[in-house]
Amino acid sequence: MSGLVAVGVGQRTRRWLAAWTWVVFAFLYVPIVVLVVFSFNASSRVNIWGGFSVQWYGEALRNDVITSAIRVSLIVALVSTVVSVVLGTAVALALDRYRFRGRRALDGTVYLPIVIPDITMAVMLLVFFAEAFKLIDSFGPRLTLGISTVALSHIAFNISFVCVVVRARLDQFDRTLEEAARDLYATGWQTFRRITLPLIMPGIAAGGLLALTLSLDDVVISAFVAGPGSTTLPVYVFSSIRRGVTPELNAISTLMLTASIALVLGSLALQRRRSGASRQTQVL
Amino acid sequence: MNAPDSREGAAVRARRRQGMLLASPGALYLLIFFVAPLALISVYSFATRTSTGRTSLSGWNIESYRAIGDDIIVGIIARSAWLATLTTVLCLAVGYPFAYYIATRPRHVRAILLVLVMIPFWTNGLVRVFAIRFLLGSNGPASALSESLGFGTFRILFTPTAVTIGMVYSFLTLMVLPLYVALERMDWSLTEAARDLYASGARAFWRVTLPLTRSGIVAGCVLVFVPSFGSYVVPDILGGAKTLLIGSYIARQFRDARNWPLGASLSVLLIVAMLIAVAFNQRSGSGAEDADGPRARGRRRHRDGAEAKAEAS
Repeated sequence: MSGLVAVGVGQRTRRWLAAWTWVVFAFLYVPIVVLVVFSFNASSRVNIWGGFSVQWYGEALRNDVITSAIRVSLIVALVSTVVSVVLGTAVALALDRYRFRGRRALDGTVYLPIVIPDITMAVMLLVFFAEAFKLIDSFGPRLTLGISTVALSHIAFNISFVCVVVRARLDQFDRTLEEAARDLYATGWQTFRRITLPLIMPGIAAGGLLALTLSLDDVVISAFVAGPGSTTLPVYVFSSIRRGVTPELNAISTLMLTASIALVLGSLALQRRRSGASRQTQVL
Repeated sequence: MNAPDSREGAAVRARRRQGMLLASPGALYLLIFFVAPLALISVYSFATRTSTGRTSLSGWNIESYRAIGDDIIVGIIARSAWLATLTTVLCLAVGYPFAYYIATRPRHVRAILLVLVMIPFWTNGLVRVFAIRFLLGSNGPASALSESLGFGTFRILFTPTAVTIGMVYSFLTLMVLPLYVALERMDWSLTEAARDLYASGARAFWRVTLPLTRSGIVAGCVLVFVPSFGSYVVPDILGGAKTLLIGSYIARQFRDARNWPLGASLSVLLIVAMLIAVAFNQRSGSGAEDADGPRARGRRRHRDGAEAKAEAS
């Protein structure tokens, strides 16, 4: 495979293709780079370069609304990731390994949250919480939208994503390794703990990182199910953009950008290490 | 699937119970926080809006579905479909040569280029749309540049053009990844054979390469069309009054307009449309592997991402 050069394509066409590819890369990267550069702009007018400065970062981080939004985002991301990793992995294992009543219905349903557009998922959950609160309120407690409804909603879509990723890993799973363990008198739990879990761990880790990213990314669903005081960072940014571009906004966006790029690179590094490790196990 | 030991019915039942036990917490969660809301919104789509903007569930009717036939709403749906189609075609035109070039590089170069594709893809989507808004704004750097060159101020923001640019920018990778997978898996000796049989380069491409990567094209188109059609964030940030799309219109029904039944019926319509698109893809996609791409929407990108990332490492 490695000696592949554009087959059936002439020298000139290939040069055009190469040029086009770099144009597309520029299209993908220039807006991001410009945003990052201007976040270090000393001038308070967003379009005029007034020298290098980090003052907008300081200003953003001194803003209580922003720090509170960051805190909400992190709490929601962590809680929804942990819960959805546990539930999603369990569902993936059950669907992959077992036959039980309702299996097919579950198999179909679990993909739906992935297919449905954000906006419909958002209004669905909004209507659901409104109705549920009406019902619960008639028993006494008064519930309102808040950080818990945001977390509950994020778990609802993250379970599906974790499940899909873990299942992809289970598909490549070499079942003879489990059988070998059982032949050597390992109990079911020992087999799971010592063989199955370590082997699907890269899938679980990838699913967890995905859940974390999606939760930190989500704006539409959070915007609908968050109450006053439980605004997440993307929801804050979204509503601020409507009021216009400020240098502060550039700084927060750059911080968000850095966080998500760190997550990608981290997961790439992780995957690289793991795939090396799993190759070794395969050799063994 | 592994056949359970059929000699021992008890063992089978035990295993079945085990499976159910394992699945039930997640299944229960989805039942409460996904299936119930889905059912509820379907019920709401048949409800009545009272004069005070509340929703009355007594007396079901199809009034809100009938309202969809209204000229304004038909216009919004048509505009959404048109912009989504335009976005899809542009992504295909931009993405195919791009994916082709990357897929035909030597392996180590390919891995690096793929990482370069993945980085913006995993980057916060809202921030990327904001970057476009910042760049294209009439007081943004692009405009400042064109002013200093004497071309005058940019007036592109809040037009359909800006929305289209934003959507192509947001969803391009969703097109590139399935195309890349299809091109990378292709058996190039077939193209070579066509060339040996005196087909011109263009002819070999149209008759051999393109048909062989059809599943990637279909998957990519569905992956781009679905989130563009239901897009809410992009038109909201980059669009203006003339670019009201169905996603924003639904949001509006649940916020200022307080017409929940209408919003609910439009949501049901949108969900059905998405399911049809995905089903179409699954049928025409050439197999289970490519059906990976299809189960998707905007956020679903990450799944493909995972696949392509595995490729990259």
